[in-house]
Formats: sequence, C-alpha cells, structure tokens
Amino acid sequence: MSARGPRGASSGGGRLFPLLTGLVAVLVPCLVAGIAATLWWESLLSIREFGLHFWRTSVWDPVAGQFGAFPFIWGTLYSSFLALLLSTPIALGIAIFLSDLSPHRLRQPLIFLTELLAAIPSIVYGLWGIFVLVPLVRSLESATPAWLRGTPFFAGPPLGVGLLAASLVLAVMMIPYTASVAREILKAVPSTQREGAYALGATRWEAIRMALFYGRTGIIGAIMLGLGRALGETMAVTMLIGNNPKASLSLFAPQYTMAAVIANEFTEAADELYLNALVEIGLVLFLITVLINALSRLLIWRVGSERRARAPRPVPATAG
Amino acid sequence: MLTTLRSVLVVLAAAAVAVFLAPAASAEPVQVDGAGATFPYPIYSKWFSEYNKLHPDVRINYQSIGSGGGIRQLTNQTVFFGATDGPMTAEQLQAAPGRVLHFPTVLGAVVPVYNLEGVDAELKFSGPVLADIFLGKITKWNDPALAKDNPGVTFPAGEITVVHRADGSGTSYIFCDYLSKVSPEWKTKVGVATSVNWPAGIGGKGNEGVAGLVKQSPGSIGYVELIYALQNKIAYGSVRSFDGEFVRASIDSVSAAAAAAAKQMPPDFRVSITNAPGPNVYPIASFTWLLLYEKPRDKQRSRMMVDFMNWAIHDGQKFAGELGYAPLPGAVVTLEEAALKKIKAE
Repeated sequence: MSARGPRGASSGGGRLFPLLTGLVAVLVPCLVAGIAATLWWESLLSIREFGLHFWRTSVWDPVAGQFGAFPFIWGTLYSSFLALLLSTPIALGIAIFLSDLSPHRLRQPLIFLTELLAAIPSIVYGLWGIFVLVPLVRSLESATPAWLRGTPFFAGPPLGVGLLAASLVLAVMMIPYTASVAREILKAVPSTQREGAYALGATRWEAIRMALFYGRTGIIGAIMLGLGRALGETMAVTMLIGNNPKASLSLFAPQYTMAAVIANEFTEAADELYLNALVEIGLVLFLITVLINALSRLLIWRVGSERRARAPRPVPATAG
Repeated sequence: MLTTLRSVLVVLAAAAVAVFLAPAASAEPVQVDGAGATFPYPIYSKWFSEYNKLHPDVRINYQSIGSGGGIRQLTNQTVFFGATDGPMTAEQLQAAPGRVLHFPTVLGAVVPVYNLEGVDAELKFSGPVLADIFLGKITKWNDPALAKDNPGVTFPAGEITVVHRADGSGTSYIFCDYLSKVSPEWKTKVGVATSVNWPAGIGGKGNEGVAGLVKQSPGSIGYVELIYALQNKIAYGSVRSFDGEFVRASIDSVSAAAAAAAKQMPPDFRVSITNAPGPNVYPIASFTWLLLYEKPRDKQRSRMMVDFMNWAIHDGQKFAGELGYAPLPGAVVTLEEAALKKIKAE
C-alpha cells in the first residue's frame, strides 16, 4: 500500500482515492445496465404481445392496441444517416481549414463560432427550422422538376416539413461535434508527418490527405459522435419531420422518429400496453445506438489494426 | 491533501444538511399536489394562485403532464388530485384503489382552423365533410362537398394539407369524439383517444405546433383550442350543429352545449357533450374534469380541496372567459355542489 501514495499508508487517502475513483468508474456501467434492465422490464407486456413483429410491422394504432415500430426505426435511421451524409464533408472541411489552412488571426474566432453551434438549445433549432428552413425547403420542393418528383425519392406534395427539413437541421446540429473533434485529431497528428510529406515533395493537398489518413480512426470517431447526436435528437426533429408514422423513401414525405414518438405520446399514454410499447421503442432506440456504437468501435479497431500491421515500414522513417 | 479533502467533505455535508432542513423549517402552508391535463392548465394555474391569495395556508401545486399521466399518478396515489380532458374509462376507474369522482371545472372548444389564400369568407364545415377531410378522402379544396356547405365561395384547386396533433392530447380526444359521432367510418377506422392512428396529414407538437404549421402551410387545415385560434389570429370555421345550423365557437355557444347536457347529466359527470342538440350549440365542446377520491386518507387536504372546488365552481368561473374557456352553466354548478358533499372529508 505504502508504495502507492506519496505519503504512505499512514494517510487513509492512499486507500480511499483508488476506491473512490474505482467506485465512480463502476457506477456508469451499472447505470447503463440499469437503464437497459428497466427498459426491458417496463416493456415486457409489449415484448410478449408482439415479439419480433414489433420491429417489422408498421401499424401504430393506440385505439386498437396495435403497435409496430418500423416507421419510427426507419425514420430515425434515414434522417440520421442523411444528416451524416450532409454534415460530414462540411465538418471535415471546417476541421481541415482550421487546422491547416486558416490564417492565424481568423482561427480562434472561427473555432469559437463553430463550437457556439453546439451551445444552441435544440428547441431554438426547431423554431429556426419552422420559420426559416421549412419555407425554404417548401419552395425548393415546389421548384423540383416533375421528372424528379416522379422518382420515389422526391415523391409527394411540397409540404416543407418532412424528412429533408429534419435532416438539414440535424446536419447543422452535428457539424460542431464532428468538426471540433476532427480538428483536435488533425492537430494531434505529429508535425513530423506533415514535414516528412513536404520533404518528399508532397503538395499541400497531399500533405493534408496524409494527415487525414494518419488520423482516420479518430476522424471516424468524430463522425460517430455526430451520428450519436442525431439518433437521439428529439425536439428539433419532432418540430420539423411532420410526425407521420409511414416509412417512405421520399425526402419530401413527413416521417417520424423513435425519440419523437416517445416524447409526443408518453404523457398521455394511460393504457398499459400502449405505455409498454412506447418504452419498447426506447429499448429499440437504446439497442440501435449500442449497435451503431459497437460497429463504429469495430471499424476503428479494424482500421487501427490495419495500421499496426503496416506500421513497421513508415514508422522508422518519421519517428526519429 | 487529505485535510483539504476532509474539510471539503465537512463543508459539503453542512451544505446538504442546510438544504434539507431549510424548507422544513419554513414550510407553514400545506401543499396539495395534483397532476394531469395540459388543456386547462392556464386557468388552473390562475385559480391556484388566486386561491392562494385568499387562503395563504394552502398551496396547490399542479403539474400539467397530460391527462394520461394525471390518471396514472392519481391511481398510484403519488398526487392528491388528478385532472383529465377525457373521462376515465370504466377500466381505469376499476384500477384505482378507491372510488374516483369526476368534477367538471370549465369547458373548452376545439375549432377547425385553416389557411386558404384567396378565400376571405368564413368557411362552414358539416361534420361528415370534416371527417372525410381528416380521413384523407377529401383531398382537394374544390371538392363538391365543401362547395355545397359554402355556397358563394370560390375554392382554389389546391391540395388540402391536414395538420393534426402529434402529441397525445385532450384536444385530439374531443375532436375525435366529435368526428366519431358524425362519421361511422371515423368511428370504426380511427376511433376516439388522446392519440389515434391518423389516416392523413402531418403532426404538429402542441396547440402552438398545429397553429404554427397551419399558419405557415398554404392550403392547410387543422384543429386547435379556441383560445389558440384567437391568440394567433388564424381563420377558423363554423361547424354544423346537431340541429343543422352552422355555429361559430364562442363562450356563449360552448356554454350552451353544456347547458343542453345538464338536463341529462349522469350522476358521475362522465359525459360527452360533442354534437349536443339545441339551438346555437357549438358541437365540438367538452368539459374538463378534476379528479378526486371519494374517501381519501388525508382528511386535511381533502377538506382543502373541497373548499377550493366550491370556490372554483362559483367565484373562480369569472376567470374563464378571459382565458378562452366557457364557464359552467348554473345547472351543472348546482349538481356539483351536491356531489362535493359526497366527499368524506371528516
């Protein structure tokens, strides 16, 4: 014991501190397990009643007691991945500009402003979406040529609210998370890497590409952080997505997400089965989030091990 | 290091003790907790603060978590009283540990709001047409059925965008209750509840969400509580009553609906007054109820709530109008006075 603390075993702090930190470290996994167990327990009625059909069926009828979560799962994944697609190039662009290209005087204000986006409450995003974005999206939808409107991706009347509006706001909300983590990653790439690239005659673009490649595990992590934000976002999405539980390929169609339906219907759900079905949606959302996180871990791990396998060749050249 | 840690702990402990002790020492007024419907929240919070001015010893704390949540918490006895926009079902009454009584407090109305450019006239809706629009069967504004109800109005050819509540709400309950009475198809296909499987349209969150979407979307139709249509200055239509006249929602036409219902009021006050018969009766109206146990364990709080209710159904009614609710008709107040005596407060 005395070897651990600088003041030896005589002070109780040497024992207390690891115990305390260990306790809080265990607390969080316990909390996660507790949440999972509660969700499972509170949705047992619905799990027994619908089984796996819950994931596949599309009817959500509180009056008839029929519950299927597919439109909500679909809407959550569709809106989040579309937002991911929209936000990633912009966020990476911001990160690259701020880490490699920006004039020194511009850097701090730009960093501050980007991170400010993360501080805006989601209800404010929702209001901005309703008053600014939705009319814009509506006129964009009205201006869409008929041959495009004929395809399943742009079908339906120009409502303004719908999947596209929700995904656009989600993309804006994701940008600060992805951008600031990606910027930190690029900053953490050793300068010897860039210098080495320049020494070999690389252009600026090639040096940046090299830095991106070097930090790719971290950058995937940054993108996943943004995705996590999108999957769970509730308020801004429910104000813009149209809240219509019908799965559709169309970007113009009003759809629904899991987080939104829980927030909307939980307070008035008096019937036991109805309540259980809503909790089961929470369970499904929880499982999907865990699954996506696990997949991203796997991706990072694979990319990382690939790097370790390749490492012996480039490292001696730059490690010096 | 350790001494600092210890002193920090001591300070924290002292602070925690102070926080826990402080309210206990100064808490003189008795707090009565309630939870439930959001629809009557504006008038309830007005009542509770006015009543507190008259009776500083009573503080009524109301959480507007929704009718479903209110019924649930009342059943679990985590609150002393509940509030709901749709009467409790027989099943829910059965699940409660004691007999629950319903007390109507005020009345509200739900109005069809629309946004139709180029039409200045106030639109008229008959029940089946309204039901067909919300069923997604009437999809264009220039549908002959709409033209028939509105002679002289030239409708544009645009699509109708239906806007409904996305969140569970008493407003939806009242609206669906009305549509079920005027459309057999609505009754079998959709039904009545605080949330239903909407056959058409987009969902807005809250009255303000629906009002906002309707205001923004050209060619849209939705439904909100009367007060929201008035506050947001959205055009709202009149609705054909049971007697066949088109009636515009107002404090008078809503109270008339309640007066008509008072004649055949069931003893437990669980009554739907949508599509009520009589002249100048607005058909999409409803009571909102406060829920109390007949034999509560806590006699002190029970006495307080009975006294409050007696105040609310008399003096409290004068606040209804300015907040967009219709006051209870005299006949209902008399019935409630008798019902309040049933509560065993001694």
